[in-house]
Formats: sequence, structure tokens, C-alpha cells
Amino acid sequence: MLDDFFVRALIAGLGVALVTGPLGCFVIWRRLSFFGDTLAHAALLGVTISLVVNMNISLAVFIVSSVVALILLRLKKTTNLTGDALLGLLAHSSLALGLVVLGFLSFIRFDIMGLLFGDILSVTKIDLIVIWVGGLAIILILKLIWKPLFASTVNYDLAAAEGMNPEKADIIFTILMAAIIAISIKMVGLLLITGMLIVPAAMARNLSNGPLQMVFFSIIGGLLSVLIGLFTSLKINSPSGPSIISVALILFILSLIVTKKNYKIFK
Amino acid sequence: MNTQKKEILVKIKNAGIFKNNKWLVKDVSLEIYKGNIVSLIGPNGSGKTTTAKIVLGIYQDIHGSVQRFTKKISYVPQKILIDWSLPIRVIDFMVLTQKLENNEIEEALKLTGAEHLKNNSLTKLSGGELQRVLLARAIAKKPDLLVLDEPVQGVDFSGEAALYELIKKISESLKCGILLISHDLHMVMSSTDFVICLNGHICCSGTPISVAQNKEYQKLFGDHASQVLSLYKHNHDHDHSTDGSIKKKIN
Repeated sequence: MLDDFFVRALIAGLGVALVTGPLGCFVIWRRLSFFGDTLAHAALLGVTISLVVNMNISLAVFIVSSVVALILLRLKKTTNLTGDALLGLLAHSSLALGLVVLGFLSFIRFDIMGLLFGDILSVTKIDLIVIWVGGLAIILILKLIWKPLFASTVNYDLAAAEGMNPEKADIIFTILMAAIIAISIKMVGLLLITGMLIVPAAMARNLSNGPLQMVFFSIIGGLLSVLIGLFTSLKINSPSGPSIISVALILFILSLIVTKKNYKIFK
Repeated sequence: MNTQKKEILVKIKNAGIFKNNKWLVKDVSLEIYKGNIVSLIGPNGSGKTTTAKIVLGIYQDIHGSVQRFTKKISYVPQKILIDWSLPIRVIDFMVLTQKLENNEIEEALKLTGAEHLKNNSLTKLSGGELQRVLLARAIAKKPDLLVLDEPVQGVDFSGEAALYELIKKISESLKCGILLISHDLHMVMSSTDFVICLNGHICCSGTPISVAQNKEYQKLFGDHASQVLSLYKHNHDHDHSTDGSIKKKIN
């Protein structure tokens, strides 16, 4: 069964959606969408490095994205530049570096479109292992740091004052963001990863009253987007990443109608 | 005031924060004991909130020494902004940093008059309602030390008096120490054990009566102060410029 590329893509996609659901909620709550973009831009540098030293793409992307994320945390403390200026600086300089290195690799045939928009054909069995083992690890760690991370999202000072150690939780969360980008890059492509994080979570917000409820709906929305998106992509031969995000967008629009009627699924 | 026998909760000595080439506060020393209410007063920008955050350990690079002898600390911040994108109800907020049974949540909300808000979304509360919820969350875990930064702002007049009464009752029933930042001089002067008047540094401190008689205090609070005081001669050796820094008085 796993020899069928479509089954592999489906399993991979569902694994990714399971993780982007909860992480996407935090991205929205903490206003980190541009941060996700920055890590995705940096991912290109990771991909080129993986080509140069012949390393697993996800691992290389994870390392580069983590380093960029940690540099960002450091710069935030040591410079007076605003957060979005720092993000732009890191996003575009790492993208530029990645493209320069890629330019030197003319001897390697590489599908840049697949990298940007995702390619279901390219998902291998090893990718499946990376996605599911990595994904479950991310969910487990997120569950462990949930309380301090959520407290620090609501109010950093309050969390710090009451012994929640929010700084540690924030750093771990940053690493988890790098990890989800690393494992989902093949499926969704680096231009659309942030969309996979944000669109289902935004849809979920329209349906929820509480934080856990929003996480639940965000996961459901992600899973549905992957399922419908991939089948559509197979039927009409559209690129996989954009198809998934388009379905997520449709779900979001439907959720707006629900909100407009001021009807919450659970009162 | 006899504080000798009482259990100490926090001791800070000559603490200060130097940021962007400026002292936010400097040379603040204070001690908080179980069952006592210490209040911080002072004009805007005088470092009251900064001092509270030093006590709480929110800052990392602090000059001077800070010792905390308890971990059961609750904090009511001056303001809390919650974005619409974060769906959070009062019951979710109550257990933000603590595990609570349902009856503990209800009891705390009842004490602050907010039990009817239990299932409401935090973003839809009015300023006064939010203050009541913040206070309820802080007392629900029965802390040893309670730090309250303007806890009744936005609460209507009758509710204000009731909440101050409650704060006093809490300090008695929980035997906890309270650090209170308040603009309400009447409350500060009538119900607290120790008053610290800040203006970038400690201008004067002591029992409410001694502070009320202090010329520094009278100068900072002007007409308001005169309700509570009788004149008292005080050795006054320095003056303040508009940013709160000290100007030596030239005689």
C-alpha cells in the first residue's frame, strides 16, 4: 500500500496537519505569522546545504531554521530594531544566501517548483518516518510545555511572576516551529507552510470559545484540507500544496458564515 | 508595628533597574511579611510597577539583591490585553497558572462578585469586570504573597470600596503578605501597615501616619495629601526635576 505515491502523500499530509493544527493556533495567538514566513525563507538555505553535503533535507532545514530562530531571539534582546524589521532582515538575507549557493549548484538537477509549492510525488518512505516520528515528538513536547507556553501567550509578566518559566517555554516553542517547517516542507512547499499553519487555525477561531476547542477545530480543519486538497490535486492534476491551502481557505470562508450567524458549535 | 516575629516573604535591598542609560528605579529596599499590607504610592513614572516587577522576579538584570522566601505568589498586573484571536473564557483564565477544583474557582469568583461571568469570554468583559476576574484568579490559589498593581481601576465607586475591604479581609484570612500599588490614598492610609512613597527612589516610607506627615509626601500629592495630615517638620535635603531625578537643593 505504501508503494502507492498517493497513499504516501495522504499519510504524510495527515501527519503534517495533525501538528500544524495546534502550532498554528499559537502562531495566531502570538502574532507569529511573519515569523513562520521567515523560517520558511531560511529553509531554502537549509535545502541547498542539504544538497551540498548530501544530508536529509528535513534535518538540514531543521538545523538552519533553528539557528535563524535563535539568532532572532538573540537580536531581539541586543538591538533596538523592531521585531518585524529583524524578521525581514533574517528572512531575506537567508533567502538570498540560499539562492546564491543554489546558483553554484548548476550541476545538480533540482525541482525548484516542487520546493516552493510542495510535491506529492516526491514523498518517500523515509519522509513518512520523518513526518510521523518528528510530528509525534513535536506534539508530545508541545503538550509538556502547554501550560507555561499558554500562560506566557496570555500575559508574559503574569506567567513569569507566578513561576511558569515562560522564557524557557518560548525558546522551546521557537524550536518546534523550526521543526514543523522542516518536516512539512516537502508536502506543502516553503511558500505555503505559513498558510498551512494559519488558515485552519483562523477558521477554528471562528468556531470556538475556548483555547482547547480552537486547537481541536484547527486540527480537524487541517486534516480535511489535506484529504480534500490531495484528492482534488490527483483529479485535476493541480500542485499539492496550493490545493491543500485552497481547500483550507474555502473552509475558512464557510466558518465566516457560521460566525456571521453568531452560532457557536458548542455554547 | 511589630514585624519581628512575623514570617518574612520578600526582602529586597538597594534594588534598581538601569535601562537605556536611565535608572527606572534606584536603591529600593523593602520587606514584606506574612499578614502585612505594604503599599507603594507615587506619581506616574515613579517606578511603582517596576518595583513590583522587581519583587516578582520578572526582570533579569537587577542591581542589588532580591530574596524571595515563597513560591506561592499571585500577581494582578496593571493591565492585561487579550486579542480577539485568542478565545479564552473566565474559567480558562482562572486555571492559567494553577490547578483548581471547580468549587475553588466558584468561591474565588463569588468573593470578588464575578461568579456570573464564569463562562464569559475574557475579551468581552468591561474594565471593572476584568479587574474582578483578575483579582479572583490571584486569590484562588491562596497565595503567600499577593502583588496587586492598581487592582480596582475601572471598578465603580461602590464596588471599589467593597474590593478594598475584600483585599483587607484576604490578607487577614489567608495570612498572606500583600504588596499594593494604589492611587487611593484614603485606602492606603487607612488600611495598610507600611507605606512606601516612590519617585524613582524611596522618598519616604513608614507607617501611614508618619508618611502622611512627611513633607515629601505632601509635596508629591499636594491637596490630596492634606486630607490626611497634620503638618510636621521634616529635614528636606533634596528636590526633584520633572523626570524624577534628584536635584540637590542649594542653600
